[in-house]
Amino acid sequence: MKLELVLAPLKEQPLRAAVTMLALALGVALCSAVYLVNAGALEEFGQAARKLVGDADLVVRGARAGFPEALYGEIATLPGIDLADPMLELDAAVAGVPSTLHIIGLDPFRASSIQPALLGEFGRDMRAMLDRDGIFLSVAAAAQLQRGVGDHLDVIVGARTRALRVLGILSESSYPGRLGVMDIAQAQWTFDRLGILNRIDLRLLPDAHLALVQRELARLLPAGVAAVVPQVERDRAVNVTRAYRVNLNMLALVSLLTGAFLVFSTQSLSVLRRRSSLALLRALGLKRGELERMLLAEGLVLGFIGSCVGVAIGQAIAHLLLYLFAGDVGNGQLAVHGAELRAQPFAWLAFILIGTAVAGLGAWIPAREAAARAPARALKAGDAESGLARVRTAPLALGLIALGALLAFLPSVGGLPIFGYAAIAALLFGAVLLVPATASRLLAHAPRTGKLPLDVAVAQLQGSVGQSTISLAAIIVSFSLMIAMAIMVYSFRESFEHWLEHILPADIQLRMAEASDTAYLGIPEQALVRTTPGVERAEFRRSQSISLAADRAQVVLIARDIDLARAPDELSLVRSLGRGSRTAALEPLWVSEAMVDQYGARLGSRFELPLGGRRVPFQVVGVFRDYGRSTGSVVIDRGVYEAVSRDPTATDASLWLGPGADAAAVIERIRARLPSRDSVELRTTGDVRELSLRIFDRAFAVTYVLEAIAVLIGLVAVSFAASSTTLARRGEFGMLRHLGLLRRQVLVMLASEGVVMSLVGVLYGLVLGGCLSLVLVYVVNRQSFSWSVDLAIPWTEVAAFSSILVIAAAVTATLSGRTAMSVDAIRAVREDW
Amino acid sequence: MTDTDRALLELSGLSKRYRSDRPAVLDNIDFVLKRGEYVAIMGESGVGKSTLLNLLAGLDRPDSGRILFDGVDYAGYDDDAATLLRRRRMGFIFQAFHVLPFLDVGRNVALPLELLGVARAEGDLRVARMLESVGLAGFERRLPRELSGGELQRVAIARALVHRPELVLADEPTGNLDPRSAGQILALLRERIRDSGGSGILITHSRAAAATADRVLLLDGRRLTAAETG
Repeated sequence: MKLELVLAPLKEQPLRAAVTMLALALGVALCSAVYLVNAGALEEFGQAARKLVGDADLVVRGARAGFPEALYGEIATLPGIDLADPMLELDAAVAGVPSTLHIIGLDPFRASSIQPALLGEFGRDMRAMLDRDGIFLSVAAAAQLQRGVGDHLDVIVGARTRALRVLGILSESSYPGRLGVMDIAQAQWTFDRLGILNRIDLRLLPDAHLALVQRELARLLPAGVAAVVPQVERDRAVNVTRAYRVNLNMLALVSLLTGAFLVFSTQSLSVLRRRSSLALLRALGLKRGELERMLLAEGLVLGFIGSCVGVAIGQAIAHLLLYLFAGDVGNGQLAVHGAELRAQPFAWLAFILIGTAVAGLGAWIPAREAAARAPARALKAGDAESGLARVRTAPLALGLIALGALLAFLPSVGGLPIFGYAAIAALLFGAVLLVPATASRLLAHAPRTGKLPLDVAVAQLQGSVGQSTISLAAIIVSFSLMIAMAIMVYSFRESFEHWLEHILPADIQLRMAEASDTAYLGIPEQALVRTTPGVERAEFRRSQSISLAADRAQVVLIARDIDLARAPDELSLVRSLGRGSRTAALEPLWVSEAMVDQYGARLGSRFELPLGGRRVPFQVVGVFRDYGRSTGSVVIDRGVYEAVSRDPTATDASLWLGPGADAAAVIERIRARLPSRDSVELRTTGDVRELSLRIFDRAFAVTYVLEAIAVLIGLVAVSFAASSTTLARRGEFGMLRHLGLLRRQVLVMLASEGVVMSLVGVLYGLVLGGCLSLVLVYVVNRQSFSWSVDLAIPWTEVAAFSSILVIAAAVTATLSGRTAMSVDAIRAVREDW
Repeated sequence: MTDTDRALLELSGLSKRYRSDRPAVLDNIDFVLKRGEYVAIMGESGVGKSTLLNLLAGLDRPDSGRILFDGVDYAGYDDDAATLLRRRRMGFIFQAFHVLPFLDVGRNVALPLELLGVARAEGDLRVARMLESVGLAGFERRLPRELSGGELQRVAIARALVHRPELVLADEPTGNLDPRSAGQILALLRERIRDSGGSGILITHSRAAAATADRVLLLDGRRLTAAETG
């Protein structure tokens, strides 16, 4: 009998139950899809790393520029070392292909012992690997490059191309990503790295002590080279994207949270609508606890079915995302080609439980309120509001808001803005609990207009603040978060655009293939570029990755023509050292904000960089913004760099045109002068800016989609509430029609209620969204990515969002009113309410 | 002919059928309500009382026949015109009171005046006077949930009469009340309609309630006939 009572309301309004379930399913689907895609991509990341590391016990890794081969001999003969596998690992630029190819040069004989899975069947025929200019490609690399066995592949070395021949395609199980494998000697020869290694995989003797060997190695290794256990290798790449992934998960959670508020709204209004029936059940002998459990069960049933559907939808979305975007949900760092979704029954179960629990929580509050209500009072008309009026939420709300404000000032935990998220949650819940008190104060000041429909509308809202604000909860949550996100993204975009203007002062930007370790301009090529007709001035830079900590991603070192006087104009400085604090004995170093957060490179401090195999001390004289790299970058003077490293090559350049010179013609001339046309990327500054902004917008597109879905769920909540309350009030409309209110006046009254209430919601959402945006901009964004951002408000977008919401609420209220008015007035007033 | 001899409401040949395959709900009804007259219409459930009320209030149109209000046929009025007629010249009382729970008693009673655009000061005066006449003096600021059923129906009577309508339609006004309150309300309703100089139609099941009217009619088998009294 009780099960029937639980299911009766769901059967009574199947459409409403279905849409509530669907909205909840959408939240669960987004959460599970984001989780599954990330898990799939990370699993592939992990597998790829495991394949590369194989059975190694330790990995000695230096910067991509490498270390002398002689080190290999010293390491291989250390006590406790069973086998040392020398490697050269590079991201090579490929002619005609925008992305680089990850190439590993290895000793096939040694590698077949440590990484047998990587070489697969080729491990049985080592001689095949020794063919001159030969390379093996993974299946994914062969597919991307559209090359088969025997085909040529032009890699860029310096500013020239060198032809490699595809000797074979590794088996599908060898490596999931894009990879090229070469004999190490061939790789050193091809890429002008004779005598250079940048990685040595070590297998220890069974009785060797890992910590002892590490200690011995530490003594031996030059600056910038470290020995780490394979787990650190595997985790490093994953850690780089962690903040982004966590942010994405949080965003997906917002949809689930909005879904929970929807369940809360739906159940609250449903309980209010049925208050007489519920009181009757109590009068007939249903115990308080039984009633509470019955109402809670309604929410749990909704949540369970919705979550099951959501997990199924999530699995489908995840498949689609992996198929379309290779698991990369926006920021370009997590793409793993060939990633697959595996059945994850525990994850499915977890999401079903989370969804059900969230729905249960949404249903629990109204269930408690209904069970606590005295049946005699509940049977009396007009009790709905007095029941709600008893709920005093303001003290708890103010406490949560104060807690949120406090949490916002706490530092990150392990590089993640955990307290920032907690602050947002506390502020959000506190603010929602404060809605009834705020709304009633706002409405209390509404003047009488003398226009009956409007006055009655305002009076209705004044008299039913509790019910109205229940319906507003979901939309306030989603709208305020959307506003906060919009402000955050807009602020970020404005700062990003400003930063681009700062770092792109010239007319043309030249860059060797992006993120490549093999392409560069030597002195002759730099001279060719500099003397190209039309080029008035050229400034060259040398960018390369260096390792400052074995367990962290590499940092980009930029050597450019710069000094203390020019830095404020040429770098996007946020802080700089006063003249009095300079230490003349140390060369100046400018660091990105990430360096301050992650390596403690504070202004004025001494900071050592591994250059030319030794630690070179610098003084931090400025902190600059670098939206291009979240893992850290440093700038030093190119003269200092060349003196220490004896590396005169360049990887980037800014070119200023002479008067009247045509950028396209100059670009064409430079290409024609260089040994290989495909070795460089040349773009006008305008094109670079446009491309950068396009990439920026694409990265945030997914956040907009997730937010839009949250707002959609919020709007569903508003429409449910509107139709629910108008249906409950059809007796009132019938009476007003009898008194002489025109049909359109009733509709105007309802639309006015919709507009007034949504205006309250919008105003509230704007203030709350503004506060949340401060946490996003100054706490979450800063702690996640180490990027400071100047706050900017997108007034047009905010006005558009607000207007759309108010119009949608008015339309919804009017449509609901039309439906309610379709009942004839006499019947409406004859029904007991 | 004196003013009281003139018909306020005149129904002739009024018929209404909802489905062609079903018998008519009202069939060729004739009825005259004189000014100042208070008539009770009795009938069992389902005989067409609601349909008749719909037609009298201009909320529905008859299939045939005429409904004259003060000599003017409003059976063919569109929705707006019928609404304005109700607003200016009719008052309604319902079984379930239908007092707006979010407005205080004063504003509930003032609704018809606000619809007619009566100035607020004058409206407040008329509301106070009307509340006093129904025994609720000083109740202006009370909320409906603070009142008993009998008091709520007094509010509804005050609202129905405050704009001095020529016709009051009362639909089972004592259906939700105990016998003692019902008796008081019926007496009050009769008295106030007479005082205001208007006419009234009382729809009821109750013989006792009907007995308070000048004349009792029976709606039975789609016809409106004079009921036997006593």
